[in-house]
Amino acid sequence: MTTPAPLLSAKSLTKDYQSLRALDAVDFDLRAGEVHVLFGENGAGKSTLISILAGATRPTSGSIKMKDKEISLASVHDARQLGISAVFQEFSLIPQMTVEENLFLGAEHTRHCLLDKGSMHCEALELLGDLGFELRPNQRVDRLTRAQQQMVEIAKAFRDELTVLILDEPTASLTEHETELLFTLIRELTARGVGIVYITHRIAEIRHIGTRITILRDGRYVAVLPVEDADDDTLVRLMTGREVGKIFPEIVPGPAVEDILILDHVTTAQGQVLDVSMSVRKGEIVGLAGLMGSGKSEIMQAAFGALPIAHGRVIYRGEDVTGQSPAKAIRRGFLYLPADRKGDGLMMMRPARENISLSALDDAAFRSGIFMDRSAEKRRAAELARQLNLSPNQPEHIIEHFSGGNQQKVMLARSLTRNFELIVFDEPTVGVDVGTRAVIYQFIAELTEAGKTVVIVSSELPEILHMSTRAYVFHRGRVQAELSRDELSEESVLAHFFERNAA
Amino acid sequence: MSKFKLVLAPVGNLLKKLFVRLGILPFLVVIAVVVFALISDNFLTGRNLTNVLRQSVYLTIVSLGQMFALLTGGFDLSVGTVLALSSVVGATVMATVYAAMPDAVVLAISLGVLAGVVAGTLIGVVNAIGIAFANVSPFMMSLGMASVGFGIALYMTGGVPVYGMPVEFGDVFGFGSWLGVPTPIWVAAVLMAALSVLLYRTRYGRYFYAVGGNAKAASLSGINVRAMLFATYVLCAAMAAVAGILLTARLDTGEANIGASMPLESIAACVIAGVSLRGGIGRLENVVLGALFIGLINNGMNLARIESYLQTVVLGALLILAVVADQVRLRVVTNLKY
Repeated sequence: MTTPAPLLSAKSLTKDYQSLRALDAVDFDLRAGEVHVLFGENGAGKSTLISILAGATRPTSGSIKMKDKEISLASVHDARQLGISAVFQEFSLIPQMTVEENLFLGAEHTRHCLLDKGSMHCEALELLGDLGFELRPNQRVDRLTRAQQQMVEIAKAFRDELTVLILDEPTASLTEHETELLFTLIRELTARGVGIVYITHRIAEIRHIGTRITILRDGRYVAVLPVEDADDDTLVRLMTGREVGKIFPEIVPGPAVEDILILDHVTTAQGQVLDVSMSVRKGEIVGLAGLMGSGKSEIMQAAFGALPIAHGRVIYRGEDVTGQSPAKAIRRGFLYLPADRKGDGLMMMRPARENISLSALDDAAFRSGIFMDRSAEKRRAAELARQLNLSPNQPEHIIEHFSGGNQQKVMLARSLTRNFELIVFDEPTVGVDVGTRAVIYQFIAELTEAGKTVVIVSSELPEILHMSTRAYVFHRGRVQAELSRDELSEESVLAHFFERNAA
Repeated sequence: MSKFKLVLAPVGNLLKKLFVRLGILPFLVVIAVVVFALISDNFLTGRNLTNVLRQSVYLTIVSLGQMFALLTGGFDLSVGTVLALSSVVGATVMATVYAAMPDAVVLAISLGVLAGVVAGTLIGVVNAIGIAFANVSPFMMSLGMASVGFGIALYMTGGVPVYGMPVEFGDVFGFGSWLGVPTPIWVAAVLMAALSVLLYRTRYGRYFYAVGGNAKAASLSGINVRAMLFATYVLCAAMAAVAGILLTARLDTGEANIGASMPLESIAACVIAGVSLRGGIGRLENVVLGALFIGLINNGMNLARIESYLQTVVLGALLILAVVADQVRLRVVTNLKY
């Protein structure tokens, strides 16, 4: 194997934030035409590394070379001059402006102090045409889909000559179709010799488009390996420093006979779910796999009553509950815990205690007559905080001041505040470090041991594979496959993830 | 010099902690009391302070209602109109019944009070329908209703004050007292007690915070967000309507112009008391203090013979100061964390 001179190479990059060392002597190199994946837990240093490469952060020490020439990146502007552009998770687009206005934001063409709209329009058309994006320059950005917005962001990167493109979890909020578009674009770029630095948490994705993987842990370089050598176990072991088995608890499937939830040809009003039939049996952990927008989360929201149903029936414990309100669902013992804890789950400015008890205040355990039983609430919240190892163990602290993992614990604690029979966890470990993940998985396992039924909606394949006793794979709003515990394997699930591609 | 510093440093730290914990209100109160006490000898007399209390009653009641709107993440700009409408309708009904049946004083007063409160609350019901069910922003809805209600009040009276209510109405609800405490203060105290039970002792109180804290999370936790919003604006208007009736008793006339300063002052009272404009944060007892503080400022400025036009300037400036102070506080809190 010949090794071409790297496009970009970093030597012993270190970054200190006061007493905290975010990046510790990390080496990294990027070759022309490759997709180099950065892999690691939250806080492993991925973000710091790309932020340095993009010129947004200056390293405390270390050097960066571009094609064997030492370079210094003092600002994002410097980096862009050299052809290094980054597309971060938070887009830097102004939603009310058009595509063209966004493309030239901060670098507007002018003639005699006035905007030269004509020349900008022509250049925008040329740029979009070159990239093969089907976007009109005068479209408003807020009318575009997330993927199209990403295209604008990428097109912005192309305003200057592009040699290195950094993508930070680009598929996190894309639908499957949009993801395919993005992958096509990435392949075109690499064919032109652009080097791509790609951050993702999804192992399936790495296999799909990655060339090499650099693994970081606790701010340190762990390994770099070609994608062919990276099986799941290796990746997880390198990423976490422990065996996979240590993260996931032993799941002992009980005898699942009695149906607790039956969905009968359900279609949601907005069409995110199309004619889905499935069932959940008592004592099971049912996994729902699929990409973002495949309908796996929406079907559970519809069953819970958070999304309107156009056709079909929802039967819960033998009773037709189609179109129930979330309040009714909760009183019937059915809880849905949303994926976006900040947006949909927690009151960020209120104490942990209030967030824990929120969905159980009408339960007899938290009441004395029409009044709240505040001491019972305090007691129960403290118990749950202890059980889940809340850190710091301060139920009266404002949620905002807890780390992401501990915020997640607070939300999960809700499932124990009243006698829930069926609990849906939507992406229970999103943005959560591995230590907390182990706690969460253990928590879910204990729930089932206590006779509860669990549904896990997840984009993380290992989570589905290790936690569920049965799984459904969703694809474009429909159930693509039902897999029993014995049939569950990475290949069997992935086959249905990307079926259209394979076909 | 160094000795001086040694003494001052812990004091400074203590002040900083107090500021983080309590916000700017206690500091403003201390400053205001000191300044006004220096300017006017009459300020710190028992008589004057009772006066402040009595004059602040109306604003206090309105602010209590306004607080619920702010807690749920909105606000109500129509409280002034509610005051005007309840005053005009209450006075008209009372005067009409009294003129028809001069002996039935109690009946006239009861009907008048009822009509006034209902009329004012109806404005709140319309607000509530718009905000909870038609998803109109609280800003537009209550601004629109402020104009609607004010127009109705003026139209009903032709802009002229309404006279002819029984004197007993003013005697009891305006100037009366029980156990040495003026009637309006009793009313405010009862409302305060009732609302603090609602807010802190029932789950519905918690739900107001939840709706303002995160409406989506509240809904997914089984809370009927629309119902809570509906209740919020009806409650807010009902409080303003009660204030309107009490003020009518004090003035002995029904007037369409009495509530003009209420939207600003009630929101100011809440914000100075640390109620968040984004919803989800605020405490009732602090709001009462906030309203009293504004009453104190008004009273002090009157004693200091500051022109009423200039008083408006001071009030607006204080409101902005309070918001700035809150931002500073947030920064201090974040700094303390790391």
